[in-house]
Amino acid sequence: MSKVELNKEAGPREVFCGLTSIVWLHRRMPDAFFLVVGSRTCAHLIQSAAGVMIFAEPRFGTAILEEKDLAGLADAHDELDRVVNDLISRRPEIKTLFLVGSCPSEVIKLDLATVAEKLNKRFLGQVRFVNYSGSGIETTFTQGEDGALKALVPLMDSTDDEKLLLVGTLANNVEDRFKKLFNNIGITNVESFPPRQSTELPKIGNNTKVLLTQPYLSDTVRDLKHRGCEIIYAPFPLGVEGSTKWFLAAADAFKISELKVHEVIAPLANRARQALEKHTEILSGKKLFLLPESQLEISLARFLHNECGMELIEVGTPYLNKDLMETELNLLPDDTKIVEGQHVEKQLDRVRASNPDLVVCGMGLANPLEAEGISTKWSIEMVFSPIHGIDQAADLAGLFSRPLKRNQILTSKTLATH
Amino acid sequence: MELTLWTYEGPPHVGAMRVASSMKDIHYVLHAPQGDTYADLLFTMIERRGQRPPVTYTTFQARDLGGDTAELVKRNITEAVERFKPKTLLVGESCTAELIQDQPGALAKGMGFDIPIVNLELPAYSKKENWGASETFYQIIRTLLKDKVNEIEKINPKRWKFLGRRPKVNILGPTLLGFRCRDDVIEIQRILSEQGIDTNVVAPLGSNPDDIARLTDADANICLYHEIAETSCEWLKRNCGMEYTTTIPIGIKNTINFINEVHEKLDLPLTNQEELEHKSKLPWYSKSVDSNYLTGKRVFIFGDGTHAIAAAKIAKDELGFEVVGLGTYSREMARQVRAAARDLNVEALITNSYLEVEDAMKKASPELVLGTQMERHSAKRLGIPCSVISTPMHVQDVPARYSPQMGWEGANVIFDDWVHPLMMGLEEHLIDMFKHDFEFVDGHQSHLGHTATKGTDNKEDDHGQSNINIQKKGNVIWTDSGRAELTKVPFFVRGKVKSNTEKYAISKGLPEISDETLYDAKAYFG
Repeated sequence: MSKVELNKEAGPREVFCGLTSIVWLHRRMPDAFFLVVGSRTCAHLIQSAAGVMIFAEPRFGTAILEEKDLAGLADAHDELDRVVNDLISRRPEIKTLFLVGSCPSEVIKLDLATVAEKLNKRFLGQVRFVNYSGSGIETTFTQGEDGALKALVPLMDSTDDEKLLLVGTLANNVEDRFKKLFNNIGITNVESFPPRQSTELPKIGNNTKVLLTQPYLSDTVRDLKHRGCEIIYAPFPLGVEGSTKWFLAAADAFKISELKVHEVIAPLANRARQALEKHTEILSGKKLFLLPESQLEISLARFLHNECGMELIEVGTPYLNKDLMETELNLLPDDTKIVEGQHVEKQLDRVRASNPDLVVCGMGLANPLEAEGISTKWSIEMVFSPIHGIDQAADLAGLFSRPLKRNQILTSKTLATH
Repeated sequence: MELTLWTYEGPPHVGAMRVASSMKDIHYVLHAPQGDTYADLLFTMIERRGQRPPVTYTTFQARDLGGDTAELVKRNITEAVERFKPKTLLVGESCTAELIQDQPGALAKGMGFDIPIVNLELPAYSKKENWGASETFYQIIRTLLKDKVNEIEKINPKRWKFLGRRPKVNILGPTLLGFRCRDDVIEIQRILSEQGIDTNVVAPLGSNPDDIARLTDADANICLYHEIAETSCEWLKRNCGMEYTTTIPIGIKNTINFINEVHEKLDLPLTNQEELEHKSKLPWYSKSVDSNYLTGKRVFIFGDGTHAIAAAKIAKDELGFEVVGLGTYSREMARQVRAAARDLNVEALITNSYLEVEDAMKKASPELVLGTQMERHSAKRLGIPCSVISTPMHVQDVPARYSPQMGWEGANVIFDDWVHPLMMGLEEHLIDMFKHDFEFVDGHQSHLGHTATKGTDNKEDDHGQSNINIQKKGNVIWTDSGRAELTKVPFFVRGKVKSNTEKYAISKGLPEISDETLYDAKAYFG
């Protein structure tokens, strides 16, 4: 374990809840529908985060609880039944329906598991129902994906075939690229979870080796382990360094030589390092402050320090799973200040006091910090952009160099803000 | 339980945030879990605000629920008061906190602060955003004025005459995330000042608790947005005798009606009545010959109550459109919208479902849609031009330029915004007149001439696909002559001609379509 400085903080937060992950999950599995059982707030949150208006009919929605639903739970279950029936008759193309719990549904103890079980019997062979919670009292932002994937694990059939299973949502083009590279390295049986079709779940078993693409999947990992899967611990595939070590770890698990990996990866890595240069020029020596949100913060900090030369002031993360993050923490410079949890006001005090060149934060904080003269990068872009892999390293760096470059162009100090 | 894919209004505490963020020296402690902080981005991203909303979220988690969430509330209140030093504190809860019944407002009142505390009870499972804003504004006014109203005499709107000063009014209702409120306020203040009327307080937008405390210095109130300010105006009338105006000054006629109403309330003679007709370019632009083509354009209107009603009046009386649909998502204003619809001989659509609105839009087959950003998207899918007239707000609805909806300049803005999406009149006539000329045969040509459009002529390309997509339909085959004739039909009606001709051919049992069939069909359908 490296000598990073681990701190915990509690207080008022400024982060999304797990429902937000529906925004990318529904794009990954176009045959699935995500039905949040919640309040008008939940509906408003998702539409505010997702730009719902561009869809003719989005593949997610909210069953909004009304006063009469709170009076008796039995009625609420019947009501949910009715809503689901309406939805399925309107959208016969739905193959998997996720019932997503929210803060209010958790507090009134609406039993979505029982509802899902009943519905599974009724719609047998037509639609599959699973449930998980994306509530803000239990989950932060990307943890919603963890919940959704964990809910699918029991539906995965067993197999003894040896395979590499990539776990965590990836952009389709990145996924294709990874599969090709693994193929070149000599790992040919590679599958992804979540799959592109919700009905085509990969089979798993004792000879399944799991390689995580995202750092926020603690619960899913635990359940995959129970099903006999072997977890490959590695840094996450962000940047050249992280991606290379990630490939090496996979190769090691399949008893493929390092030499073979380098043979495939080296030309890519060289090319990527060259592409990184123009961003490193801008980023090198700049002070970076990461506020907690996506749980990608530690991997991003490692990339931006080790490969782009940024100085780390503070690395916030909503939640830290030391087992999954150990390899990452080992790559961070000694004395890196990591803060798990948040007291947003105190943290902003530290931001101002430390005079950073760039702050990674949520959308609620970005413009106010810009107005104070502090450059920002909003973290939600990290979960929407293809940033994984060696080929994407320069694009990833570009997300951070762009605001700084823009700042230089505009000489922002002279601009009036409101 | 109501299935919602998209909603016009947020929850009521977002309405409260709109009021709190509009004001200064106020802080709102919201008992809510972490996810509710999404609402901040409405202000910082959509309104592009350079300040965070003045809101502290208590951020309770599942593990707190077994313990003492009330302590958590108190800790957050103490910290917020110390840090932000507000002159007035709002305390309330969002949907989830409502269920655990900590009663944060009552807790706050028991903590011994020497600032006014407004306890907001906004039922999240039955009410919505605009109601929440209205209730919050009313509760702030009530809390800050309730002692004072017992001491002062009823306010006579004519009292300015005896007091030897110009008349002054309050402008009530504008908020952040309200449609063009920022600019409406400037326009209305300008109009009032031209009439010799001063503005005492504008609220909530830009006001602070001290301003609220001096609302009663004005002679009357202007209720600029009924959704937000009507409850407050009623309370001020009942308790202080303050009269308020109800005309919404959107459009020329209603701006004039509004000015008349203000003068009547204040008993102030209106000296420049004739001038008013010429304050905006809308009446002349609407009368000029180019606007002839606007006559009877079918328009479908949907939005909040205030803007939908105003739009219907302008469309019919000031632009000569035919209103073929009128509706609102503001249930609080359903009665007024129904009345306006009755006058136009259409049935009012009162709904929260954008799918129902799209369906009604489709059935009404309008030539122009005036709606929210959602109707803009629906209209785009239906190929109908649209102009946005109402919240919910989108970053496009906060333009950099001065762009009010109210008053004289508002009428100018409305003329441009509604007419530009339609094809300009003269242009439409010209294209119709010259539609058989070669320039129009295959769509609008580039100004760069034919070199720029090479490859888009009517010959089939290497893949055997024409840009006129001719396929077998049923058993009908297009012959070469039929195909050639179809290419001569102007692009903007070609699709319709093609499908009509095919329909005709099938109905007559014809195996193929020649140029003659096309003309037969044309004659048949007229």
